[in-house]
Amino acid sequence: MLGQQIINGLVAGSAYALFALGLTLMFGVLGVVNLTYGFYFAVGAYLALLAAGAGAPIALALPLAAILAGLVAVVLDFLLLTRLRRTRAPELASLMVTLGATLFLYSAMSALLGSEIRRFPAGLLDNGAFALGAYRISVGQILIVGTAVLLSLGLVSLMGATRTGLAMRALAENSDASELMGVDTQAIMRRVSFLSGALGGAAGVLIGLEYNAIAPYMGEAMTLKGFAIIILGGLGNIGGALAAGLLVGVLEALTAGYVSSVYKEAVGFLLLVLTLWVRPQGLFGRPGARRA
Amino acid sequence: MTRPLLQISGLSVRFGGLTAVDRLDLTVEAGAIHGLIGPNGAGKTTAFNLIAGAVRRSAGEIRLDGAPVEGLPPYARVRRGLARTFQNIRLFGEMTALENILAGMHTRLKGSLFEILLRPDKTRRVERDAVTEARALLDFVGLAAVARRRAGELSYGDQRRVEIARALAAAPKLLLLDEPAAGMNPAETRALSELLQRVKARGVTVLLVEHDMGLVMRLCDKITVLNFGRKIAEGAPREIRADRQVIEAYLGAESAHALASP
Amino acid sequence: MAQIDDFLWTYQNLLASLGVNGLLALSMYVVLAIGQLSLGQAAFMGLGAYASALLTLKLDAPFPAVIAASMLVPAAVALVIGAPTLRLSGVYLALATVSLGEILRVVLVESDLTGGALGLSGIPEKAGLPLIFACLALALVAFTLICRSRIGRAMEAIREDEIAASASGIDLPAYKMAALVASAMLAGLAGALNAHISSFISPNEYGFDAAVTILSFALLGGIGSPFGPVIGAFILTLLPELLRPLHDYRLVVNGLIIVFAVLFMPHGLLVWPIGRIGAKA
Repeated sequence: MLGQQIINGLVAGSAYALFALGLTLMFGVLGVVNLTYGFYFAVGAYLALLAAGAGAPIALALPLAAILAGLVAVVLDFLLLTRLRRTRAPELASLMVTLGATLFLYSAMSALLGSEIRRFPAGLLDNGAFALGAYRISVGQILIVGTAVLLSLGLVSLMGATRTGLAMRALAENSDASELMGVDTQAIMRRVSFLSGALGGAAGVLIGLEYNAIAPYMGEAMTLKGFAIIILGGLGNIGGALAAGLLVGVLEALTAGYVSSVYKEAVGFLLLVLTLWVRPQGLFGRPGARRA
Repeated sequence: MTRPLLQISGLSVRFGGLTAVDRLDLTVEAGAIHGLIGPNGAGKTTAFNLIAGAVRRSAGEIRLDGAPVEGLPPYARVRRGLARTFQNIRLFGEMTALENILAGMHTRLKGSLFEILLRPDKTRRVERDAVTEARALLDFVGLAAVARRRAGELSYGDQRRVEIARALAAAPKLLLLDEPAAGMNPAETRALSELLQRVKARGVTVLLVEHDMGLVMRLCDKITVLNFGRKIAEGAPREIRADRQVIEAYLGAESAHALASP
Repeated sequence: MAQIDDFLWTYQNLLASLGVNGLLALSMYVVLAIGQLSLGQAAFMGLGAYASALLTLKLDAPFPAVIAASMLVPAAVALVIGAPTLRLSGVYLALATVSLGEILRVVLVESDLTGGALGLSGIPEKAGLPLIFACLALALVAFTLICRSRIGRAMEAIREDEIAASASGIDLPAYKMAALVASAMLAGLAGALNAHISSFISPNEYGFDAAVTILSFALLGGIGSPFGPVIGAFILTLLPELLRPLHDYRLVVNGLIIVFAVLFMPHGLLVWPIGRIGAKA
């Protein structure tokens, strides 16, 4: 029982980690608190649903959904945040603008697509499962973990080993300086938006698969959870975001298993508030992180 | 007869492995204009921020008028008589020049929350007197004409003056100026020098971190030179100009700089 | 007769929500006025509403004590939330207050004491319209007086530049904490008044959407003066009642207001700065 809960938690947690990865990338490099991030999560899930409904296999539906969600992210970032960046508006301005935008986007989404919970068509995934001693891992769960690991590794190596990654890290350190150094900050920002949108979209597909429930507002709760996770991990800290994502996934599964499935929803937030009290720089952050 | 106003002993700060300020001893005499100079990266801005409270020290003591201030946050140091300006001017841009000065008088204005809620007449009196005083300060820095203009739309030189007036509004014993002449043309620098002499004449002690060597030599009663976080020389401008270590520090830095840039 | 009663009943509800929303807008204003963002105003309101309703229903406590408790409970929670976050950049307070809302919702739904998802009903109607509007008027007068004093100027200075404000001798931590606590108390008061006039409360009323709606009140009116947010609240409360079709799209409209207000009118849609001596002529 305990082992199975932990396995289920790690599966959900790996999707959370992926989600938090895109969010921390967006926050760390672009330096904005962008609440529309959860919208890409929902968009990804719906696009995969549409593609699967049209008969596409998951191997096609997942990347397609992720890429389109990435493009949506680029467009929204351009519409909402260009002006604020130019006027060097305070950090909270971007938070408020994207907050307003999400209200609009979610409402529009539920008006267009209906607010009822949708499910992937039966047979999209192989129903099989592997036995690992006493525990069961389904094909879907393996897909989720595999995708999350693959994409995380991809991003980490992109950040570490390519020119684009170097430019991203420079941008995260200091956008003015990197502009002076000849980095095309606009282009890099577009790429970061695309990448984080795509990661968010992919996470939406994976969470949609794990719980097999897709609804317009799924992104709203997830955004909040995502922020809880990246603060836990230490803002802008990629490894921290991954670890905190897994941690929240496991703790949620254990709470659902042993306490109540309603309290499960509060786990991330409770952890966040506790973290702020004990270690405001995050569980895995370096001390002295972002002060006022 | 001189009296030490600011006494610093053994002041150090380390960032990671770097010791930005290393066991600094410094005494600023009351009534003086004291210069703090050094090549780029010498630690003078860090030392400045340590005194103002913007950076927390790793070790050492800072006393103002005999009382230790090293543990206090910036706003509490203002109450003790330390006011500062910023290298990149930080005014309240949306507020008028006059309001900036009034904000600078914050610690000296009377009126608790209860008085403000229950005695509006008293608040009005306090505010009216404060405005008179703030106007006088703007006049002192030569900006009476722009009192009601938004601070953000003033010229660079005028913004500097508003910032100095805002710091003076706290009625400090020691005024800390962080590169006040940065970005000024020669005429503005001359006007600044003249203003600082009048500040001194008001009885306010000044600690000046500055790059403009001409200004420092002309204005300061005493100069402390830092290099690599350490004090390498101290004395009157004449002595500093002749100091071999100082010349080397600057020449070394200059030639290193010349080599680094194409 | 029944029709007239019905009409009065609706009318009273609308007037009550005008007053309550006005108070909520002011509670948002206090935080925005020092350049912080709280997304926990709905949660503070919920804390006040539940604390007061429970005291009235279970203990039959005297109404003044109930009102006092409805302000003290959220104030205590604000202290707990504010202490670690106000030292950090503004994002932390915003996110911690979101968390507060989510935790509160879950606890309210799960707890038997608070009636679970169904909420509490049958709360006696002890807060009439006169009381609600007296509270609103009192709060407005208080904020106007504060605005015109050195405290109001210090708040504006903090909003503009925290570091420069600190260098001007303004006690940042004390101001931020006081603003957050005052804001929580006002929201709690609004919650208690609302509970004791509408007779029924449930966890859904204090969710994220409500928090964002309160923010849109303040941003529509602008924070140049305490009157701005209250007028913003009045408009956004009345408009959906007058234009029925708008009712279904309230969230969309609120969302757009926030986007446009922040992008194009950072000083609010209704600019009405309060005259402080020495301020803009």
